[in-house]
Amino acid sequence: MSGLDTLTREHAHELLGDMLRIRRMEEKCAELYQATKIRGFLHLYIGEEAVAVGAMRALRPEDAVVATYREHGHALVRGVPAEKIMAEMYGKQEGCSRGRGGSMHLYDADTRFYGGNAIVGGGIPLAVGMALADKMQGRNRVTACFFGDGAVAEGEFHESMNLAALWHLPVLFCCENNLYGMGTAIERAQSETRLALKAASYRVPAWDVDGMDVLATEETTRRAAEAVRAGGGPHFVEFRTYRFRAHSMFDPELYRSKEEVATWKERDPIELFRERLRDAGLLTDEEDQALEAAAAEEVERAEAFAEAGTWEPVEELERFVYSDPVPAREVAS
Amino acid sequence: MTVATPNRPPAAAASERRTTTYREAVREAIRAAMRADERVFLMGEDVGRYGGCYAVSMGLLEEFGEERIRDTPLSESAFVGAGIGAAMVGMRPIVEIMTVNFSLLALDQILNTAATVLHMSGGLFNVPLVIRIATGGGRQLAAQHSHSLEGWYAHIPGIKVLAPGSVEDAGGMLAPALADPDPVLIFENALLYNHDGPAPDPEHPVDIASAVVRRPGSDVSLFTYGGSLHKTLEAAETLEQEGISAEVVDLRVLRPLDSETLLSSVARTHRLVVVDEGWKSGGIAAEVLARVVEHGLYDLDAAPERVCSAEVPLPYAKHMEEAALPSAEKIVAAARKVVGARG
Repeated sequence: MSGLDTLTREHAHELLGDMLRIRRMEEKCAELYQATKIRGFLHLYIGEEAVAVGAMRALRPEDAVVATYREHGHALVRGVPAEKIMAEMYGKQEGCSRGRGGSMHLYDADTRFYGGNAIVGGGIPLAVGMALADKMQGRNRVTACFFGDGAVAEGEFHESMNLAALWHLPVLFCCENNLYGMGTAIERAQSETRLALKAASYRVPAWDVDGMDVLATEETTRRAAEAVRAGGGPHFVEFRTYRFRAHSMFDPELYRSKEEVATWKERDPIELFRERLRDAGLLTDEEDQALEAAAAEEVERAEAFAEAGTWEPVEELERFVYSDPVPAREVAS
Repeated sequence: MTVATPNRPPAAAASERRTTTYREAVREAIRAAMRADERVFLMGEDVGRYGGCYAVSMGLLEEFGEERIRDTPLSESAFVGAGIGAAMVGMRPIVEIMTVNFSLLALDQILNTAATVLHMSGGLFNVPLVIRIATGGGRQLAAQHSHSLEGWYAHIPGIKVLAPGSVEDAGGMLAPALADPDPVLIFENALLYNHDGPAPDPEHPVDIASAVVRRPGSDVSLFTYGGSLHKTLEAAETLEQEGISAEVVDLRVLRPLDSETLLSSVARTHRLVVVDEGWKSGGIAAEVLARVVEHGLYDLDAAPERVCSAEVPLPYAKHMEEAALPSAEKIVAAARKVVGARG
């Protein structure tokens, strides 16, 4: 585990607070799913919070983020307002994608959040292209691309890894290895389960890190992002993590044992970090309660906002297939 | 062959205009776009040092350098996806795919990303990407290099599908495609690269929205596009000698289809043959006929005909491939049939 030596109280509270924000928001999402307020697929990130929370801290506002369909947490800690995320899950037009995307397709221009890509591996070439554009235009920005262990079996992963390395592009590949591609365990899908080795074989510097330790994820991602920013070309970080909930709300979880899940829950990133902070005297009961209260309040606000949201008029159905005659917004270069 | 465009005022008579090849016209259009806008770059397999599989980009590497004439590995999905990503953050990429059959390796990116991002993001992010794809048969390249899938791509909302059949369009469609805020696929029939014709006229840019009457006529409408345009014009010549006046309409744009021009032609001639190098079942010819039936059924005096490719993977042997593809003879026969069937 990474040390607490240089950790300030404020920084510690931000990390814990952000993990709590994700956890509480998603617990609410699960509840709202049962209440049929949220429909479609809903892929919860619970258990993996230390990855997004640590990794996002390595990014700057001008950087870009490409994520997967399990992206609520990434969007939230990247800065997409919880209200807009929740409204999107409701399918309301106040949602960050106007209700056109739903849970799997969160987008936001202000934070340069490019989805919400639900074809496994499909976002990886996209990230490579964004980094290519930055390189060609001489912009010193990082494109962070999140994907799971399942994506590593896709051809798009291998094509993209090669292309990014060949062209020395500023991409930070963030592989969230939660050990299952939906219900198929990694050892049943990968001939080589040490995923960082695959990236390294393309001459992409690659590390793996304990994805349940938020200080480790932050430190490793920061080092990798700084190397990318310094002109070091693409870097790859494998975060070893675990999803505590089912793959989606439809998943009866027949493929893994309760004991396995229970063992991983003993390494809950929130509880681990909380204990360490308490032991180090960096977190009082009052502070902990305040963080919980802030997270609960944010969730409440998000739910109220989504409830109060409105349905896009059905007359607008065919909008956004092609850009409106008034040129569609282009992202600022 | 001189191709008339009677529903657009010509700047100069075609005969006064410079003649060039389809290949040269595309190359000149790329060159002009790259000179005009530094955000434009060309990316694809063998576009640089090799000069392009069909020699379209020959010489461009020397002028623009490796950054902007970018050879890629054989990774269609990655370089098409990279084109999408680059387009989303301010570049204007032209991605070349060597042949339409290979484009299927990138179909995920074209359909699941390029065509959907604008909609999935509620209008936040558009994808101003141009993809050029060589298409079509007739070169004895057998069943993995010869198909015509442009009509199939035209099924997809969110992209525009262009099929330049004339030299003027081959060069002229690139600039408006690059100016378009959304993904545009341009299908270049590989048999046309050596064709001569009037060069694009910079004073009169072409659009990427309308069908065009290439040859006016009164007895039968022949609708076609791309690689079948010249076969259809040839058929119209033959028909004229037989006293049948055929109107040839070039679809040019397969998505969105310009129904208005098509319907007004049928309203003039009352008879219709659709010529399409794609397969018949579920193809663009079927869509064109469906629209005519939906909106112009009572203008028709005879059952329409389709001349499409035979429903086989294209064979290698020359005589077999010829038998599978549309030809001027087949078009003439179909036209005779619909004209003979007097209502």
